[in-house]
Amino acid sequence: MLDDFFTRAILAGIGVALVTGPLGCFIVWRRLAYFGDTLSHAALLGVALAFLFEVNITLAVFGVSACVSIALLLLQKRATLSADALLGLLAHSALALGLVALAFMTWIRMDLMGFLFGDILAVSKTDIAVIWLGGVVVLAILAAIWRPLFAATVNLELAEAEGMNPERANIIFMLLMAAVIAISMKIVGVLLITAMLIIPAAAARRFAAGPEQMAVLAAVIGAVAVIGGLFGSLEWDTPAGPSIVVAALCLFVLSILPIFGRTGAKPAEPDGGSPRAHKGARP
Amino acid sequence: MLKKPEALATLESAGIHRAGRWLVRGVSMSVDAGEIVTLIGPNGSGKSTTAKMVLGILKPDEGRAIRKTDLRVAYVPQKLTVDWTMPLTVSRFMRLTGHVSDDEAMSAMSSTGISHLAGAEVRNLSGGEFQRVMLARAMARRPDLLVLDEPVQGVDFTGEIALYDLIKRIRDEMHCGILLISHDLHVVMAATDRVICLNGHVCCSGTPTAVASSAEYKALFGARAASSLAVYEHHHDHTHLPDGRVRHADGTVTDHCHSEDGHHHDHDHDGHEHEPHGHDREAKRDA
Repeated sequence: MLDDFFTRAILAGIGVALVTGPLGCFIVWRRLAYFGDTLSHAALLGVALAFLFEVNITLAVFGVSACVSIALLLLQKRATLSADALLGLLAHSALALGLVALAFMTWIRMDLMGFLFGDILAVSKTDIAVIWLGGVVVLAILAAIWRPLFAATVNLELAEAEGMNPERANIIFMLLMAAVIAISMKIVGVLLITAMLIIPAAAARRFAAGPEQMAVLAAVIGAVAVIGGLFGSLEWDTPAGPSIVVAALCLFVLSILPIFGRTGAKPAEPDGGSPRAHKGARP
Repeated sequence: MLKKPEALATLESAGIHRAGRWLVRGVSMSVDAGEIVTLIGPNGSGKSTTAKMVLGILKPDEGRAIRKTDLRVAYVPQKLTVDWTMPLTVSRFMRLTGHVSDDEAMSAMSSTGISHLAGAEVRNLSGGEFQRVMLARAMARRPDLLVLDEPVQGVDFTGEIALYDLIKRIRDEMHCGILLISHDLHVVMAATDRVICLNGHVCCSGTPTAVASSAEYKALFGARAASSLAVYEHHHDHTHLPDGRVRHADGTVTDHCHSEDGHHHDHDHDGHEHEPHGHDREAKRDA
């Protein structure tokens, strides 16, 4: 069964979607979309370093992404720049460094497009093993830190005061993100990983009554998008990675259509107008 | 104000320094089991900052914060925002930081009068409903130490009194220590064992009656206090400078304020009156 490239692609894609769905929920809840982008841009530097030192690409990408996460944590504590400026700085510096480093290695003829957009149709049995094993580990760790991580997402100080150790949960979460970028880069490419994190989670929001339910739904929607995208790509001869994202987008659009009964996903109030802002400020 | 061996949490001359100025400094206080301690003071007087030192969210830059080991804490923050992207029902919110049995969750929710909201999404609640939900969540944790930062904001006046009664009942039933932050001493007075009046430092502390008769309340709360506690007279006799030093009414500048500062009762003065200083302006804005 695994000898068929299309079957391998579907298995790999579903494996990635099952992990990006739940993690993507936290990206959406914490408004970290740009953080996902930053890590995936930095992944290209990991690829370049992997070629340079002849180490495993997945490991190198994980290492670089983890370093970028930690750098971000440290810079946020010290620097005076805002978080989004720091993310932009890290994202594009890492991307540019990666491209420059690759250009220096003239002996390497690599398919840059493959890394930018992924090559899901070329996954090997080893890739599938890495994705599923890595995915199980990531999900197990996520389950273990779920309560403190979710509590910290709702309110960091409350979690801290009630002994949830949110700092530790946050660091572990960042490392999980780095791991997910590393194992899913080959499937959808560095430019589209953020889409697999955000779109299934956004589509799941409308139908979820609780955070755990939203995580499971996001995983399922991601898997459906992978299957739909791959069959679409086969049918219309479109590139596989982008087709998966387009399929996810279609599911999201379906989810916001008013034909479904639930009213959970009314559009957000204008930025900052969240309904739960209690401040003791008096005029 | 001395440290007691059985205190749940103690601050010893604790202070927080941020961006070149002291938010609070030299705060010594403790919360014991079965005791309700209320922090009062105008906006920006460091009430929340002090509470966060007690909770361990902020590490004091000076002095010490000590908590009993394995202290079970519940915290109702002043501000909590639930994003619309987060599907969060009241009953899930009750279990945010630890497992709570259905029975405990239900009894906490019925104590605060929100049992009908169990299935509601947190972001759709009104301000007053949400405050009750936060209080119910804190209760259901059965804490040793309960810290409430302005727990009645957005609650109407009758609801406010009911909630303070409830806070007192929580203390009586669970025998926990409660640190309460409030603007309204005249409402919390009945439910408070000890009041600590903050204004960047501990101005005075004691039983509500003692604090009220030292008239700190009147000076800090100006017009609002005047209607209910008009008999008391009190002036701040020193100003805190941006660098943390203190200018006294007679023009001298020292590093710290003295324990007797701000305690001058009018009857203590021999025919002279201190001019009001900077704090009065803050107090008026607050009122």
